[in-house]
Amino acid sequence: MGRRTPLFELHQAAGARIVDFGGWDMPVDYGSQIEEHHAVRRDAGMFDVSHMCAVDLRGAGARPLLLRLLANDVGRLTAPGKALYSCMLRPDGGVLDDLIAYFLDERWFRLVVNASTADRDLAWIKEHAKQIGVAVVPRRDLAMIAVQGARAREKAAGSLPAECRAAAAALGAFFAAPGDEWFVARTGYTGEDGYEIMLPSELAADLWNSLKAAGVRPCGLGARDTLRLEAGMNLYGNDMDETVSPLESGLAWTVVLEGTRDFVGKAALEAQHAAGVARKLVGLLLLPRGVLRSHQPVFAGDAGRGEVTSGTFSPTLERSIGFARVPVAAPSQVEVEIRGKRLPARIVKLPFVRNGRALIEL
Amino acid sequence: MSQIPTDLRYTKSHEWVRTLPDGSVEIGITDHAQHALGDLVFVEVPESGRKLAAGDACAVVESVKAASDVYSPLGGEVVAGNGLLATQPELINTDPYGQGWILRLKPATGASSTSLMTSDAYQAEVAAGG
Repeated sequence: MGRRTPLFELHQAAGARIVDFGGWDMPVDYGSQIEEHHAVRRDAGMFDVSHMCAVDLRGAGARPLLLRLLANDVGRLTAPGKALYSCMLRPDGGVLDDLIAYFLDERWFRLVVNASTADRDLAWIKEHAKQIGVAVVPRRDLAMIAVQGARAREKAAGSLPAECRAAAAALGAFFAAPGDEWFVARTGYTGEDGYEIMLPSELAADLWNSLKAAGVRPCGLGARDTLRLEAGMNLYGNDMDETVSPLESGLAWTVVLEGTRDFVGKAALEAQHAAGVARKLVGLLLLPRGVLRSHQPVFAGDAGRGEVTSGTFSPTLERSIGFARVPVAAPSQVEVEIRGKRLPARIVKLPFVRNGRALIEL
Repeated sequence: MSQIPTDLRYTKSHEWVRTLPDGSVEIGITDHAQHALGDLVFVEVPESGRKLAAGDACAVVESVKAASDVYSPLGGEVVAGNGLLATQPELINTDPYGQGWILRLKPATGASSTSLMTSDAYQAEVAAGG
């Protein structure tokens, strides 16, 4: 048996198919992954993401710590509540994890890290925090529910406690409203508008039931995966890990090399940048029928070979899409080997879908 | 609770077999199997004329989540693959024992579906978590 979130019994009672995800027993779907996917694109859906770990950094050294630990520049976070997406790197430039950092005040930052890497991340952060004198507090007492979709915010409004309702309604994109116990952020992992809500574990079931009564559909991690893929968002462990750098993972936009700030991994990335990055992460559209899956080989003509890092069937496009790491000189059309056959696929600009709309030509 | 029609035969790997009046057999995957796979999005059926031994991988069914092989319950020669599944793979979800059939086979001499599990035996297999 894996670890369970405070909502596990509710998922089970709803007939969810439960799978292991990074050591956690999580709902993969509640019947139809495709219908759950469409609910988010067209209306509103919710995900139990309590397996992810919130980590509070407390103390005047919190910002200096993150300036050192993150490849993106938290110096850019000046407005309280503002969030930043970043990779955390090893000295050799490999990606330890990707995370969201929320700037709450000069003595308080909150990180949200992946479930499967949380223990390793915590050890890494604590080791660096010691020298700076920052308290590192994992918030396993909090549950996390993501409410996503075109109508997510309006449907969720009535389920929020009165004291944070106005603040939540006023949130700009990529901002959070921290309260004493509740924390509402206008962030997500689906390519749709919505909230990620953290709250005390013992209140999670009531919020879930209230959202359901408001017409928000429970969605499993299966739909979360197809939604993030359509939205062009990486999954740690699939699309990047400690063996590759953000520059080879479509994440150069999250790395700030300019300026004098020195962060863990910077020298390695500068060297890679100077030498020329050999591989890139791209979006793939499979042209014939079939389904792209991670680890399928990609043939990029004279440029060499690559590999699919994530692949699925896109419910919105009704075609198979994926990401692949390929040589930088790859041509715009490549071949993917699926069960011994080479099938043509087109390299496309990400994302595939955003805010309910297809952004690529089929 | 998944459906298990009593007039069909079954395998441990969750295929079903229906004997047709002309002696050929129709093969698909069970309601239990389609439920476990989730929404099907791609099916690769075998070409007519292909010779199969019992236990050969003869088709691939892919759900949003994963690809799975379908194994031929009997040896024989493929008479037809279900062409409808190319554009409507979801027929396996909605009608696993009817329109969602995958292939038809002319059994090899001596191959008989009576050697396969009855619905009661399959029911017990599923109940045991097979």
